[in-house]
Amino acid sequence: MSSLTREDVLKLAQLSKIKLTDEEIDKFVSELDAIVKYVKQIDSVDVSGLRPTDQVTGLTNVMRPDEKIDYATSPKELLKNAPALEKDQIKVKRILN
Amino acid sequence: MTDLTWKSIAELAEEVRSGKTKAIDLVGKSLKLIDKGKAYKPIIATLEKAAKKRAEEIDANISKGKDPGRLAGVPFIAKDNFLVFGADTTAASNILKGFDAPYQSTAINKLEAEGAICVAKANLDAFAHGSSTENSDFFTTLNPHDKTRVPGGSSGGSTVAVALSMAPFALGTDTGGSIRFPASLCGVVGYKPTYGLVSRSGVIAMGSSLDVIGPITNDVNDAALVLDVMAGKDPMDMTTIDKPEELSDLADRGIKGLKIGIVKEYLSDGLDEKVREVTENTIARLKDAGAVVNEVSLPSSKLALACYYILCPAEVSSNLSRYDGQRYGYNYKDAKDLDESYTLSRDVGFGDEAKRRIMIGTYVLSSGYYDAYYKKAQLVRTKLIKETAAALSDNDILVGPTSPMTAFKIGQNVGNPLQMYMTDVLTVSANLSGNPAISLPAGKDGNLPIGLQVIGKQAGDKELLDISKSIERILK
Repeated sequence: MSSLTREDVLKLAQLSKIKLTDEEIDKFVSELDAIVKYVKQIDSVDVSGLRPTDQVTGLTNVMRPDEKIDYATSPKELLKNAPALEKDQIKVKRILN
Repeated sequence: MTDLTWKSIAELAEEVRSGKTKAIDLVGKSLKLIDKGKAYKPIIATLEKAAKKRAEEIDANISKGKDPGRLAGVPFIAKDNFLVFGADTTAASNILKGFDAPYQSTAINKLEAEGAICVAKANLDAFAHGSSTENSDFFTTLNPHDKTRVPGGSSGGSTVAVALSMAPFALGTDTGGSIRFPASLCGVVGYKPTYGLVSRSGVIAMGSSLDVIGPITNDVNDAALVLDVMAGKDPMDMTTIDKPEELSDLADRGIKGLKIGIVKEYLSDGLDEKVREVTENTIARLKDAGAVVNEVSLPSSKLALACYYILCPAEVSSNLSRYDGQRYGYNYKDAKDLDESYTLSRDVGFGDEAKRRIMIGTYVLSSGYYDAYYKKAQLVRTKLIKETAAALSDNDILVGPTSPMTAFKIGQNVGNPLQMYMTDVLTVSANLSGNPAISLPAGKDGNLPIGLQVIGKQAGDKELLDISKSIERILK
């Protein structure tokens, strides 16, 4: 049975935007492999004739009137946790090197 | 000496409303008991200043003749994944350390509108990922019945707080058992409502199709009252459902004629002997009291855990993508560009379990694997929902143990994440199927509590609470 490799975990970390250390990668290879092998057992279930669950209590297309809502939270409040601000905008590192 | 117990929530509120007791004294007592039990480490932060201010306002309003509400002056403790004013909201994670909520969760607003007062924020496994509080990025909470053991999780801080009488009730969240499991291990009542009955707005998301909010209390009446206040549709959470009826006016209709389904898969191998004994004894007592006991089978429940550990991480990976270190939360200062700022902020800010779940979720959602894992799991989920509904069409409730074991030793499952996941084996089904479920203290193995799990029909929360009250009487 195929197993998760170091390369697989590196790729997953990249897709997840997490920069792992080498020790972390080694640890996660075996841990994630064990988890994936365990959950794989749902392979054996016969699900013919069934539809995947979309919403557990059966709600569909929940709508609300297209109206302005006052959330009573100021932009200032929403920005107060940002690590860096400039002119009421969130400041981030450069995108291109 | 401070009285170490609380009257029922309804009685406390009535005493405050009538002026017999002051809200400020209840808050004072709660803060004193929080300090007294601090060696067990259930609390991340207290809201002393904000709580006292609110209590004084409530007392002042009462003296002016204003109605303070159904929970007047009653102190409570919120798991630290609820957005609350007055203290940081951290989800016990490094990445949210210092986060100052810009708005409050709907559940907290509703409780406050009825006069309840949040006095503290409780510890949890970071982002509610875990079943022992050992995944908290800050510290592990200790079991009040044995300091060398875990309290269960992820709402471990909340259940320990109630077990130690720090407040008359606490709030938890339950994605795969995170209210019921620690309630079982700490010997308190933990209630998981029907999916959507309580708004999730302002509660830090884990698995959005599974997450529910519920009360942790000393008895069923208290749970019903707190639930009643929190329940109902909320425009801020489009998955909420109407409160079908008044939930707090419980009727003990007795056990006679009650149809109880015993899920045979819940009593299969892998149960601690003492857990099996307590569960079987309880069932026998219910039978003696006139219940009709039927064995039922939920064949898919054997795969529920595998199904859960596909769907939950998939939703976690999506929900945790918002923690990018830019808008709020931990930011890695020395990153050379934006991409590195994301990847290093997330590496340092997230603990191991969050990383595991994000990566497993990313794996099962990635192209090539989506059909085999995520879609297949949603199909198995449909099967489980159908089986559960069928079992509950012939029975009023389903009954089994909440946990396969009593509280385990601190450190016992650390380093073996899959082994830790196995502790959720009896609780995840109700999350996958959206059914309400409760854990009631049913017995002990030595000092260690054992919980009975009772599962009700979807949206049948009132019926489940009524029946739980009758069962509670038999158990006492």
